[in-house]
Amino acid sequence: MDSFNAVIQVLDSTIRLSVPLLLACLAGLYSERAGIFDIGLEGKMLVGAFAGASAAAVFHSALIGLGTAVLISVAFALVHGFASITHRGNQIVSGVAINFIAAGSTIILGQAWFSQGGRTPALQPGERFEAIIWPGADAIKDVPVIGPIYAELISGHSILVYFAFAMVPFTWWVLFRTRFGLRMRAVGENPAAVDTAGISVAWLRYRALICTGILTGVAGAYLSMVQNGGFVKDMTAGKGYIALAALIFAKWKPVNAMFACLLFGFLDAASIRLQGSPLPLVGKVPAQLMQALPYVLTVILLAGFIGKAVPPRAGGVPYVKER
Amino acid sequence: MSTPYAKLPAWADYGLIPLINLSVAFIVAGFVVMLVGENPFRAAVILVEGAFGKGTGIAFTLFYATTFIFTGLSVAVAAHCSLFNIGTEGQAYIGGLGIALVCLSLDSVLPWWVIFPIAIVAAAAFGAAWGFIPAYLQAKRGSHIVITTIMFNFIAASVMVYLLVGPLKPAGSQAPQTRNFLSGAELPKLNWMIELFGAKIRSAPLNICFLLALVMAFLVWLLIWRTRLGYEMRTYGHSSKAARYAGISETRIIITAMMISGALAGMMALNPVMGDQHNVAIDFVSGAGFVGIAVALMGRLHPVGIVLAAILFGMLYQGGAELAFEMPAISRDMIVIIQGLVILFAGALEHMFRPYIQALFASVSPKSVGMQAVNGKGA
Repeated sequence: MDSFNAVIQVLDSTIRLSVPLLLACLAGLYSERAGIFDIGLEGKMLVGAFAGASAAAVFHSALIGLGTAVLISVAFALVHGFASITHRGNQIVSGVAINFIAAGSTIILGQAWFSQGGRTPALQPGERFEAIIWPGADAIKDVPVIGPIYAELISGHSILVYFAFAMVPFTWWVLFRTRFGLRMRAVGENPAAVDTAGISVAWLRYRALICTGILTGVAGAYLSMVQNGGFVKDMTAGKGYIALAALIFAKWKPVNAMFACLLFGFLDAASIRLQGSPLPLVGKVPAQLMQALPYVLTVILLAGFIGKAVPPRAGGVPYVKER
Repeated sequence: MSTPYAKLPAWADYGLIPLINLSVAFIVAGFVVMLVGENPFRAAVILVEGAFGKGTGIAFTLFYATTFIFTGLSVAVAAHCSLFNIGTEGQAYIGGLGIALVCLSLDSVLPWWVIFPIAIVAAAAFGAAWGFIPAYLQAKRGSHIVITTIMFNFIAASVMVYLLVGPLKPAGSQAPQTRNFLSGAELPKLNWMIELFGAKIRSAPLNICFLLALVMAFLVWLLIWRTRLGYEMRTYGHSSKAARYAGISETRIIITAMMISGALAGMMALNPVMGDQHNVAIDFVSGAGFVGIAVALMGRLHPVGIVLAAILFGMLYQGGAELAFEMPAISRDMIVIIQGLVILFAGALEHMFRPYIQALFASVSPKSVGMQAVNGKGA
């Protein structure tokens, strides 16, 4: 029974840890499917986290916090669009720039506004998103097997967790069942064809980037208003890059993205849980190996040793009308 | 990196446009300073005085610049071959591992002038090896170099953390770093160079690596513009198809360029490790690899430009430290913002002002922008 509880706990933290990855990964999916590389996911999440926690602390409302997070994150996404769509700049350079501006400005502004060493004030109840207890969770908690699964895994998360997982089928539906999704995929594969059909490539790509901004904003808000009761400097800690890795691992497909993020979240949860205690069969595994595993797996996948990851064809290439 | 779509005279291309882009980046940074309630002009004065006001400040500025020359050259060499090496950070980190192995095993028996060349080779070899894998995967398996180098940064960080809290840490120590090197692995300082000009220096870490960096800048210039390999790299960077038709091996050129880039990145580690801290500690690179991106873009991928841009960033780092001291609201992270803005305006938005400038040139003198005057009017 103890080991069963341990498994439940690891799975529970897997869900919690994979939510920001999932949101960022789906965010990246929108922009990359539209043909815009976005390595600025990290930075957009970071400004989202900062803006969310600051606004929630100042206005004492979690919803205002979430709204601000989304707004600021979208603004950064639009900067990326302005550089890489309107001015046809290098998308990777622009993403790198956004990451730096985000990393620096969140610390500087945080220090100037709250003077707590780059932190924002600790959020009070009501300023952060609380866990939702599903009906009957307490009642069946003691039922073996089903009880803990229902009470720990399914119930007891914040609204943003359910939002993240609901975004998976929703993104699938948008991508493969709507006109916007079809056009977005087309603009990522062959923008000239879309242009010939009389549809604005730039406007389509901007809309995809707005979707990206919304999702990274929610991801940031999750970090600073659910996982942690406030903003801490550099709190994304490379999650944007892991999300990027997950996106490649998922071969740019929404449902795969969910599984990739759950896998990477599980690796994270397991490395926290193990903390140097020996595994059966393999013995003691260094925590650093577990942390590096998502990156190693992605490199192996990219190298084409487990299936082939083919990115959208027009990715990274600015669209020029006159050829 | 991308082809400009409005032609300009060369001096405007290499002087005016970067200057305008840089000014815009600093103006935006000034707004951020205003946003935190400080005077941007006073901040600029403190920054410049902190960097160049005293001998010690100059020495520190050049010490930081040394680091950035290496990483800037690293990014630039790859960029000439149209490879975006974001992995400079990780390659430098692994370069530090090479230096650590050399210094820890030899510092008790050999003098610095024997260890230094060995350490250079080790740093370059380790950095190059870390650049080789992404290059191989790009050339042979078509995996995108940007993504693989990002992944390799994280893998490098994990490897180094593992080594520095485990095998490389001396017994009985808590700090995650190697033992301090003995005097055999300490590089001579260059402070006398600045004292020649009459300035006084208290302790500053400026060391012989600065000269090595300048030599490397010259060698990179030689490589890119005066050798066959450099020509092939630029050809490939300009058009991979043309290079293939010309019989240039894609695999060879990608791997060579990335290994040179990685070697330069690895050599960056010499400066902080052997010149200043005399040990290898966790996260000693601390973002210098990413500064290299800004430096390379600002220097327009030319060694002279890179040295100048590196000194500018050295100034920002040194002056920024003084600034943080004088203005508590501004910490050293201000530099990270400036860095980001420089990358944004000098890199991603480098062509933003070009059409306007071209229009300006065209209205003054159509010939200067390669247009024929038609009936006395600019075309």
